[in-house]
Amino acid sequence: MTATLEKPPVAEAPVKEPRDWRGPALFALVAVIGLVVMPLVLEPFRLGLLAKYLTYAIVALGIGLAWGQGGMLTLGQGVFFGLGGYAMGMHLKLNDAGDGLPDFMVWSGVETLPALWEPFRNPVFAIAMVVVVPGAVAWLLGTLVFRQRVRGAYFAILTQALAAAMVILLVGQQGLTGGTNGLTNFFEFFGRDVAADSTQRGLYFTVAIVLGVLFVGAWQLQRSRFGRLLLAVRDGEDRVRFLGYNPATVKTITFTISAVMAGIAGALFVPVVGIISPALLGVVPSLELVVAVAVGGRFALAGAVLGAVLMGYAKTYFSEELPDAWLYLQGALFILVIGLAPKGIIGFFRRKDVAA
Amino acid sequence: MEGILNQLPIGLSIGAVLLLIALGLTFTFGQMGVINMAHGEFIMAGAYTAYLLQDFAGRNAVLVALPVAFLVAGLMGLILERTAIRHFYGRPLDTLLLTWGVSLVLQQVARDLFGAPNVQVLSPTWLQGALGPMPYNRLFILLLAVGSVVAIWVYMNRSAQGRRMQAVMQNRQLAATSGINTGRVDQRTFFIGSGLAGIAGVALTLIGPVGPTLGTYYIVDAFLVVVAGGLGQLRGAVIAALALGLLNSYAEFWTNASLAKVIVFAVIIAFLQFRPQGLFVLRSRALT
Repeated sequence: MTATLEKPPVAEAPVKEPRDWRGPALFALVAVIGLVVMPLVLEPFRLGLLAKYLTYAIVALGIGLAWGQGGMLTLGQGVFFGLGGYAMGMHLKLNDAGDGLPDFMVWSGVETLPALWEPFRNPVFAIAMVVVVPGAVAWLLGTLVFRQRVRGAYFAILTQALAAAMVILLVGQQGLTGGTNGLTNFFEFFGRDVAADSTQRGLYFTVAIVLGVLFVGAWQLQRSRFGRLLLAVRDGEDRVRFLGYNPATVKTITFTISAVMAGIAGALFVPVVGIISPALLGVVPSLELVVAVAVGGRFALAGAVLGAVLMGYAKTYFSEELPDAWLYLQGALFILVIGLAPKGIIGFFRRKDVAA
Repeated sequence: MEGILNQLPIGLSIGAVLLLIALGLTFTFGQMGVINMAHGEFIMAGAYTAYLLQDFAGRNAVLVALPVAFLVAGLMGLILERTAIRHFYGRPLDTLLLTWGVSLVLQQVARDLFGAPNVQVLSPTWLQGALGPMPYNRLFILLLAVGSVVAIWVYMNRSAQGRRMQAVMQNRQLAATSGINTGRVDQRTFFIGSGLAGIAGVALTLIGPVGPTLGTYYIVDAFLVVVAGGLGQLRGAVIAALALGLLNSYAEFWTNASLAKVIVFAVIIAFLQFRPQGLFVLRSRALT
């Protein structure tokens, strides 16, 4: 017989990396701690504080996505947090007021309900606005700015200016927004007494579950093709453009997602803490969350969440124990983390840099 | 009509202050890629310098304070540059966060030293009165800004140091290979830029009280001037600062104070649609 034909080379099946179970295992562990251990261990007041930090963690998750993964340093997440918060606050205010006017409007001499407020009576509309308004503002700003290749520090400055403008706008429109005091004194949250321990406990679970769901979503996004593209945009925007993608689209989508997250966080913050006011969403609170993300570790989504919770605790602890030292400490921590550990706390635990 | 005329001095003087603040920012940003959030605290330092000098100079403290505040703020900037910022050149976003930490600390230092309530600096008696619609104190601020711009222009274009500064701004590597000590140039730029913020602080004492958070009111607007004017551009900063000051005061006049900032923001976003890199651009073939 003729010489046996050599087998044509078969493309080797791609080596399947063994699935790394440590991430999901850690997530499950944290979920058990968050959903079972904490509610059993913590007294209602402390559980409420944790719920507040978890709403901040939702904002931080968005910052982690936009800044850590996408390189967009957004210093105006407070704006979106506030838009979501005010949408929820307006609904609660109207619900409490029944047929009358919200209390602060009476005090500032407003006689008829402003047209802007009217649709917020409807809970479905209000909840839709929590997502739609921050998303739309971010999408518009992102489109206008990224299309013109305004990026990096310019973008950071613009978002900061937006935060500053938003605060002045809210403070100035006393009759419409409650001015400096913001919206507060809520009584009822969807038929329940908002201050009751059982309501607050339910809210804690809601916040924790929303955070968990958003985290998994963001994580999947990060692992997807889109996530790869986002990293590529962060590290070499021009190269991505030369490869035929439009970085502006990728950035706008990501920025919008992060804004929606902040909006949801703001809406949850309102019933948990019982207030939304300009002081909670200006330049300083927005920057504080960015710091928290930097401290936790900006290149990992888990770092962002960790940082927000830790900084929340640190702030409460030090403002109770050493109120004067807190600003020094925060400043110093900030300088040290950026200077010495740009990868944050998570950076110490990671064997290799997966995302960075 | 009279209202329109009355807004003019307010807009021009705020523009002049913004210009003094933005000059330092635009040079440090353009030359070193540093976004200095602590710049606002140099303004505050300048203002408190004038406050302290009242004990020695009485009502003429403002005049004495001008050179002293320049030195004080300039030295603060130099120390910041030497100890921290120089390790972060070319990482603008990191410097932004780092210097914000510094700014927090400096604000708290001011609170501990001078107390949280605002203090007042009495302006010289010869600055009371007005030239037509233009109060003397606002005219003084305007002249101060004009003088500073002329001085900076002469420095940049007519002195060897200034030309080196321009060279570094245009192309750092090429400047370095031509024998320019770029580190030294950076220090000088930082000193001068911070010093100008100190002068702006003194100017601000003429039109308002002084407090630990004085700088935070102006820093965001000053950054917008940098964005609108173009990086490291003297002409751009002058035009953008005056335009922003006027726009601010007229937007407040025609609508109200709370809408004005939103209008200014919208105008700047619209402006960036036509000039994404600001009014004037340093032309280069570099991609980014």
